[in-house]
Amino acid sequence: MSTTARALTLHDELRPARREWTLFVRRLGRRRTALFGAVVVALVVITALAAPWVSPFDPLEQSIGERLKAPGWRDAAGRAHPLGTDHLGRDILARIIYGARPALLVGFAAVVISGVLGMIAGLLAGYFGGRIDDVLMRLADIQLAFPFILLAIAVIGVLGPSLTTIICVIGVSSWVVYARIVRGAALSLREREFVQAAQALGGGDGRILVRHILPNVFTPWLVVATLDMARVIVIESALSFLGLGVQPPAATWGGMLADGRVYISTAWWLATFPGLAILLTVLGINLFGDGLRDTLDPRLKI
Amino acid sequence: MRTFVTRRLLQSLVVLLGVSFVVFFILFLTGDPALVLLPPEASAEDIREFRERMGFNDPFLVQYGRFLGGALRGNFGDSIRHGEPAFHLVVERMPATFQLAGAALLIALCLAIPAGIVSAVRRNSVLDYVSTVVALLGQSMPTFWLGIMLILLFSVQLQWLPSSGRGELRHLILPSITLGLFTTARITRLTRSGMLEVLGQDYIRTARAKGVSDPPVVWKHALKNAAIPIVTIIGIELGTLLGGSVITETIFAWPGVGRLSVQAIYNRDYPVVQAAVFLLATTFVLVNVIVDVLYTYLDPRIRLR
Repeated sequence: MSTTARALTLHDELRPARREWTLFVRRLGRRRTALFGAVVVALVVITALAAPWVSPFDPLEQSIGERLKAPGWRDAAGRAHPLGTDHLGRDILARIIYGARPALLVGFAAVVISGVLGMIAGLLAGYFGGRIDDVLMRLADIQLAFPFILLAIAVIGVLGPSLTTIICVIGVSSWVVYARIVRGAALSLREREFVQAAQALGGGDGRILVRHILPNVFTPWLVVATLDMARVIVIESALSFLGLGVQPPAATWGGMLADGRVYISTAWWLATFPGLAILLTVLGINLFGDGLRDTLDPRLKI
Repeated sequence: MRTFVTRRLLQSLVVLLGVSFVVFFILFLTGDPALVLLPPEASAEDIREFRERMGFNDPFLVQYGRFLGGALRGNFGDSIRHGEPAFHLVVERMPATFQLAGAALLIALCLAIPAGIVSAVRRNSVLDYVSTVVALLGQSMPTFWLGIMLILLFSVQLQWLPSSGRGELRHLILPSITLGLFTTARITRLTRSGMLEVLGQDYIRTARAKGVSDPPVVWKHALKNAAIPIVTIIGIELGTLLGGSVITETIFAWPGVGRLSVQAIYNRDYPVVQAAVFLLATTFVLVNVIVDVLYTYLDPRIRLR
């Protein structure tokens, strides 16, 4: 008897949250562009995860006899290369599929690092204000003064390119957007009644920040994180393009573009398709992020 | 007003000090700058002698002080590859970069502001959809891919425009479009949303109710207020343009600071890297001070803060 009663209350407790969630998904789903973005991003993520199973060829397998074949070309065994082959006879579609992996990995990991750093900096600056705020905001100005890509290539040039270096360099230097948005929100939240009530009840600063302020700045933070991931993926491909990303022979979209540039006058498909892959992925993320912003926080200015 | 400018200048001095520290620190990332600066085949004797000569055995802060003192006088040491002073090499290439960034900004402003205004005024029209889609694509397109595609179309296929070098005006066309597209997209979206917000304000309705016709409402009442965020973003976008020039210059073999610094990084020519990063960052900071001061004329409310 008592078990049923407890189960019922639990069910009731869960209901509003569940309803809010479905409502949110339904509202997001009604924006067709956001839905399109979500589908594109989902497809890219699935492709990256399932690369060994969906890829028609080995991305690293070279075959000098089959180099620079045009899209749709069939090899002796009758296997079609829908996007053609590159200057070493590697299948371009396979390399695009595998290239999604470093792009998404760097995008995700760098956004997590910069997002957490920016969240901490923004919370401290906005909630405590004063000296801490001044110091953190000057640091943000210093960070913004650097042409980002130049700083990144200078640092990677010294440390040597590797997946970890790229993630760390992008992650550590992209915190400012998050910090500014979170700071702004925290500044106004700290004057709100529920925060002052928590202070009056003797709640410590740490507890107030984590329990009361953080949940309320999470939505704008999430929107910034989504849109910033698009930027990070472009930067990753730019670094690979300059030869400072994940090193060959591993497939990266930027690296493929750099190869394609050399053969631009004879084999247009080398540079065209990897660029389209970047464009589609980034467009998907941007559309999804815009939809997320319009649904969650329409007044947010990013 | 004067206090605002003074405070802003002081703030940017602090920022530049920070910038100089980071630039100095780049060399110490691996731990030993002598190993970074010397070729890998240098002997232990060479390294010891070099360390002594460059003063790398001194305390860190003493070295930083010396670097800062040099930087203030425009002395970043000699280029390892070219043998000339690094500062001189960078300054020599500054005009090319400014020309490119300036042309890109000009294109962006000439396209983006009218497009944004038309989009906002004729909301949900075909023009609005077209400009919104183009802006979205422009924001999602990697600069270097756009550059390559433009070369493919206009240089390789049509043979209308040169794909590299600097000299005549036609050399400037492809690089500046490449560099400017992202900024164009950003400013278009910002102008559209800014204009939409302003057009919904009470004072616009009042003006219309008083019988002011459409063009003056848009140009005089709305645009003036929507211009404020646009001016801010121009300052910030200049950073994007200076940074983006690194890649655009590499693709189009444009002889500017960006290409020089990428080459310097490949050649491990760190004095040039330091000079380039420092001077580009300084340019960005100074332009933003100017933008902020201009801003106070546009928006008198700021002076009161």
